[in-house]
Amino acid sequence: MRPRMAGAIRCGWLPEPRLPLRPRGRETGATLFPFPETFGYEAPAMFEAADALLLARIQFAFTVSFHFIFPAFSIGLASYLAVLEGLWLWTGKERYLDLFRYWLKIFAIAFAMGVVSGIVMSYQFGTNWSVFSDIAGPVIGPLMAYEVLTAFFLEAGFLGVMLFGMNKVGPRLHFAATCMVAIGTFISAFWILSVNSWMHTPTGHIMGENGQFLPGESWVDIIFNPSFPYRLVHTVIAAYLTTAFVVGAVGAWHLLRDRTNKHARTMFSMAMWMAAIVAPVQIFVGDLHGLNTMEHQPAKVMAMEGHYESHPQGNAPLYLFGIPNDEEQRLDYAVGIPGLSSLILNHSLTAPLDGLDSVPDNEQPPVGIVFWSFRIMVAMGLAMLGIGLWSLLARVRGKLYDWSWLHRAALIMGPAGFVAVIAGWVTTEVGRQPYVVYGLLRTADAVSPLDAPAVGASLLSFILVYTAVFGVGIWYILRLMHRLPQPHEPTVAEHEAGPIRTAGITPGAQHARRSTVRRD
Amino acid sequence: MGVNVDLTTVWAFIIAFAVFAYVVMDGFDLGIGILFPTIEAGVERDRAMNSIAPVWDGNETWLVLGGGGLFAAFPFAYAVLMPATYPLIIAMLLGLVFRGVAFEFRWRDPAHRPWWDAAFCGGSLVAAMAQGMVLGAILQGIEVEGRAYAGSWWDWLTPYTLLTGLGTIAGYALLGACWLVWKTTGKCQDHAYRMAIKGAIITLVLMAGISLYNLFLFEQYRERWLEMPNILFASQVPLLTAIIAYFLFRSLVKRWEVWPFVLSLTLFLLGMAGLGVTIWPYVVPATVTIWDAAAPERSQVFMLIGVGITMPFILAYTAWAYWVFRGKVGEEGYH
Repeated sequence: MRPRMAGAIRCGWLPEPRLPLRPRGRETGATLFPFPETFGYEAPAMFEAADALLLARIQFAFTVSFHFIFPAFSIGLASYLAVLEGLWLWTGKERYLDLFRYWLKIFAIAFAMGVVSGIVMSYQFGTNWSVFSDIAGPVIGPLMAYEVLTAFFLEAGFLGVMLFGMNKVGPRLHFAATCMVAIGTFISAFWILSVNSWMHTPTGHIMGENGQFLPGESWVDIIFNPSFPYRLVHTVIAAYLTTAFVVGAVGAWHLLRDRTNKHARTMFSMAMWMAAIVAPVQIFVGDLHGLNTMEHQPAKVMAMEGHYESHPQGNAPLYLFGIPNDEEQRLDYAVGIPGLSSLILNHSLTAPLDGLDSVPDNEQPPVGIVFWSFRIMVAMGLAMLGIGLWSLLARVRGKLYDWSWLHRAALIMGPAGFVAVIAGWVTTEVGRQPYVVYGLLRTADAVSPLDAPAVGASLLSFILVYTAVFGVGIWYILRLMHRLPQPHEPTVAEHEAGPIRTAGITPGAQHARRSTVRRD
Repeated sequence: MGVNVDLTTVWAFIIAFAVFAYVVMDGFDLGIGILFPTIEAGVERDRAMNSIAPVWDGNETWLVLGGGGLFAAFPFAYAVLMPATYPLIIAMLLGLVFRGVAFEFRWRDPAHRPWWDAAFCGGSLVAAMAQGMVLGAILQGIEVEGRAYAGSWWDWLTPYTLLTGLGTIAGYALLGACWLVWKTTGKCQDHAYRMAIKGAIITLVLMAGISLYNLFLFEQYRERWLEMPNILFASQVPLLTAIIAYFLFRSLVKRWEVWPFVLSLTLFLLGMAGLGVTIWPYVVPATVTIWDAAAPERSQVFMLIGVGITMPFILAYTAWAYWVFRGKVGEEGYH
């Protein structure tokens, strides 16, 4: 992961690398609180070898990957909940309301984990990447402010009503609240992906005299930068697919135990429609995104393909397997299909295709990671397509709820979306190295002036806390999924000894109240 | 830099508003977390939790607006303050992680509820302490060189920042207790009244202590508060504080239900005004003014349009969300 430092271009407007900061405690201990000193110099030996930059990068990768698991799920789940509630209002079938309540409990936990891990992200820029924040703040800061104003408040404002407000506001207004939350998750994706895309394909900015990126004439050029439309569509569809496979796996799990269960059948059927229809669309969109990347970040695509060598005559092979060897600049043990890469990328067998030999060493991303994460993502995508087609076949034969091997496969594929999403992000983020703002600001020049032990200690705390807290949260989610959806499924608040009962309302009163809601 | 003076000032007030909104709104959430161990386990705790469950997420969003707004409108300040208070920010974030998930987790796992209650309290305490200490660290000054933080790791840890941290804990506990006075009845409310009186005493003592300490920190702070003609304006803040404090105690003794909450909010507003008088127009005392730190005009205008359009809606639906869950927790219940 470590970027090549040798020969790094140091832009004139960036501060020279600072000498490592030394805690002043040693010289002027009097001005400080008396005891500390232990934390600084006598740092654990494990941190000394690694440098602050590498630790900051690992910290960002860790916190953002962990965070993204939850939005990837909740973007899709919010829409699924809106669909379920809408179907309930439209058809009046109780099954949809039961499913809505069932998934709402899971949504509540996933959303809470998304929120708390998301707040961490909004401060990571300043804590670990302060130079980046200072330089890029005038351009990307406003977009993130718009995300807060148009998305976060919307989600958070209506979430309380969505979770607890059904009997307070009535079904229709409640449905509106659910839709607001779903729309909020999408708006959030819009802005944050615009920021991310600008960092990949920066346009619409000018360089300030003080070294900052400043907004140019039009914000439209910044927001709708060249890679944004592709990245947005690809990511949002990925979130829908991720959710569909989770819902499908839960449906399959319950079908394996009781294939007559109505709730499980509805879940499974809805999820398999998504898989069959959306997986092919995603592969098509992914291809367009890849072509867009080839236009703007060719080195990333070369790394994805494992093309160290150029192919001036075309006929570039599509490598299925190989061990990238950055030292020797070649792909060891390569297994490829001749000409296929030229066909996919150039839509021509004979057009020339450049390889990494056309890119200076210090401008290349680490090929090994990009090459493999890309293959993992593609493999997951093809497997999802396979499940979708298999389910179509089963449906045509009228055996959708009977083919237990299909159910087993769908169960195993439950986490596939998450794997694909994380692998995809690793591909695109590692693939733009050694830059944080592509072609303009190197990652190594963007990091905060912090010492390795400080970054290492915070990284360690994040790892411990996230693993413990989110591990337990995921366990709670799995436990909820293990339960079969019930007729008259309890609401978020009613579940077990939930808030409603302990808030002084007897179960009998609850039931009476609930029956006032339309349940025809 | 050709920065429009008025625009930068407007942005300073917007950030200050976001911080204030966060402090009072998440303040009472965190305050309930801080008071949690003193509240009887079982029905009483459940009610306290229920009184904030539907709104805590929206309240916390103001923290993202404060941080994100600072990043966007004053990127240089953001880039200095975050590394300068690094361990505090990390501690705050981790505290908020524990606090936030406890809302859901404690209902999902009755067997381990005491654990999540402890996480709820511990997370709230750590977050409140860290926030107060960040405030103290800013007020006591930060070493800046060029465009970056140039101090050491432990600059943020002084008796002064410990004092501001404890003051924040006490203030949040006061807000939390007053919120419970408003939203609960019976035993829970009786307890909240007692805690509010204690909280108010400790908060006022610490506020006074911090105000006095401020006078020894910077020449500018003394000039603002002690020299003519400034003193004529500035002295209104402690005077008003004394009046509000009197009515706060009176409302707590006389049991005027809603008033303790309103008056403690006013107390916070005055505290904030006092801080504003002290530090204006600096973001980093004596070093970086808001104009030094400001984003270019084009960024500020673009965001101001966004704030102008969205803020009325945000305030409207936030108010609506509170309205939906109005009334006493025990009587109404949440569904």
